[in-house]
Amino acid sequence: MKVLMKGNEAIAEAALRAGCECFFGYPITPQTELLQYMAKKLLKSGGVFIQAESEVGAINMAYGAASCGKRVMTSSSGPGISLKQEGISYLAGAELPCVIVNIMRGGPGLGNINAAQSDYLQATKGGGHGDYKVIVLAPSSVQEAVDLTIKAFDLADKYRNPVMILGDGMLGQMMEVVEFDENYKRPRTEKPWAVTGERNRPKRVTNSLYIVPEELEKHNFKLREKYKKIEENEVMVEEYMTDDAQVIFVSFGMCARIVKSAVNKLRQSGEKVGLIRPITLYPFPTKCIEKYANFDRIKFFIDVEMNLGQMLEDVKLSVAGKKDVHFYGRTGGMVPTIAEIENYYFSLKE
Amino acid sequence: MKLRKPECLTAESMHYCPGCGHGIIHRLIAEVIDEDYKDHKIVGVAPVGCAVFIYDYFNFDFVAAAHGRATAAATGVKRCIPDALVFSYQGDGDIAAIGTSEVVHAAARGENFTAIFVNNGVYAMTGGQMAPTTIPGQVTVSSPYGRDPKVQGYHIKLCEMLIPLDGVAFVARTSIHNLKNIELTKKAIKRAFEVQMNKEGFSIIEVLSNCPTNWGMTPAESMKRIENEVLKYYNLGIFKDKGRGI
Ligand code: SF4
Repeated sequence: MKVLMKGNEAIAEAALRAGCECFFGYPITPQTELLQYMAKKLLKSGGVFIQAESEVGAINMAYGAASCGKRVMTSSSGPGISLKQEGISYLAGAELPCVIVNIMRGGPGLGNINAAQSDYLQATKGGGHGDYKVIVLAPSSVQEAVDLTIKAFDLADKYRNPVMILGDGMLGQMMEVVEFDENYKRPRTEKPWAVTGERNRPKRVTNSLYIVPEELEKHNFKLREKYKKIEENEVMVEEYMTDDAQVIFVSFGMCARIVKSAVNKLRQSGEKVGLIRPITLYPFPTKCIEKYANFDRIKFFIDVEMNLGQMLEDVKLSVAGKKDVHFYGRTGGMVPTIAEIENYYFSLKE
Repeated sequence: MKLRKPECLTAESMHYCPGCGHGIIHRLIAEVIDEDYKDHKIVGVAPVGCAVFIYDYFNFDFVAAAHGRATAAATGVKRCIPDALVFSYQGDGDIAAIGTSEVVHAAARGENFTAIFVNNGVYAMTGGQMAPTTIPGQVTVSSPYGRDPKVQGYHIKLCEMLIPLDGVAFVARTSIHNLKNIELTKKAIKRAFEVQMNKEGFSIIEVLSNCPTNWGMTPAESMKRIENEVLKYYNLGIFKDKGRGI
């Protein structure tokens, strides 16, 4: 059945359909509708909903609930995610599955409440302390936000790892028609580690403390192996009009959608352009970009973001110096227009 | 008399300094659990501080929380396993400084778990710095001239702060400086767990304890100090027991 839904609410509904049993949050614009939707649904259905006293409280409640093997979600926006980073590091260290939604706004500091992609680096490069990784999924439509939210729960369980949905204020606030998969079946994941309090079996402890250096190193190596598996198996990327492209745009999330329109317009004027849209920001689709960097027909890349080039390094690392990588970005909650992107493209072509 | 090790304690030998109150308080919890909750579901929530390895000493499930966040983690746990006995075990730095917000709000929400708050007046694990509970005049490595309320402010009386909250069902302050008070501490733990299992709301026991190492005293001297100095600032008693009209 198709329904018209706001991004934030669609993510919440998708989470519920994925079997999310617990939600802990704190109001912050532009993600608050997600919290409100969860309040409405979870309080009635016997699930756990708590509006916490702070983002710190919320993520640590999520830590406790995730320890019990439940499907757990928390959501916020930039400044709140900064506060949650402590808990995210602990979730990753203790290998606990948890879905974290970041509907980004402008930063740094209080910034503003407009749509921006200001938290790419924070999301993909740790954010909290320690050697750890969070799987980061970046939807570019409300429908994709729905699909990726469901996937996020499955990935979190599969890898015992936090998974972040990285959207922006535009995605959170816009209404689009979405369809929910009525046949979704939660994969059977055994959780033999889950803290349930039972006494008739060996005790279980969720913990991220390894006081002996040798043991912590072993734990970090083990996590590294897990991340390698994630990098091998979970990369998602959209390649659009790249078959004969000579110039390739790289862009993610809602910004990529604007770039896609720019690609369509440029194609109408006979320009051979295409788009690579990383759907997973971690693991980053390095191999895909590298493949195109090796083609002779590719003249250069243009990275477009709603920030000052946070993904640029990852794109450049993937291109590995084989081609030039240019950057166009708007920041502060400003959204690039199709015309701006076209103009930038033509300015490079000259 | 031969003392038997409570069944819910593991064979692991504790890392606490000789004469430290943590060992006594662990044992009291273990005795209460053996007596009243033999096969009952239990989850402990471990702090960061001297008791960070508490999960090694008990043979039931534990969740090890970030510094100060044990009451938030315990909230998540208890809401997911409402029929389990859930307790957090926290020091004064953990629960009364960095975790103040979490404990106040868990208490206000009336979360049905028990916080066991061990107050020895210092950050013991990091080497004896001033804690929120350090009493006026007390010398610590970070209040080297003695805590001066005009400079460092006053000590926090967490129990007194929580009593007015409607979500709070049981509040007690006890001590372990002598046998009589050890016995009273055990009684308070028993009652707090009972209040929790009756789903009456949040329960907290503040246990005045010693830290011979960071107080620079022998264990015997440290027990005397509780009696002679600490008790002047922290009075003992059951301050609130909703179910019994206190
Ligand atoms: S430092 Fe103090 S509180 Fe910590 S174990 Fe030693 S005596 Fe006990």
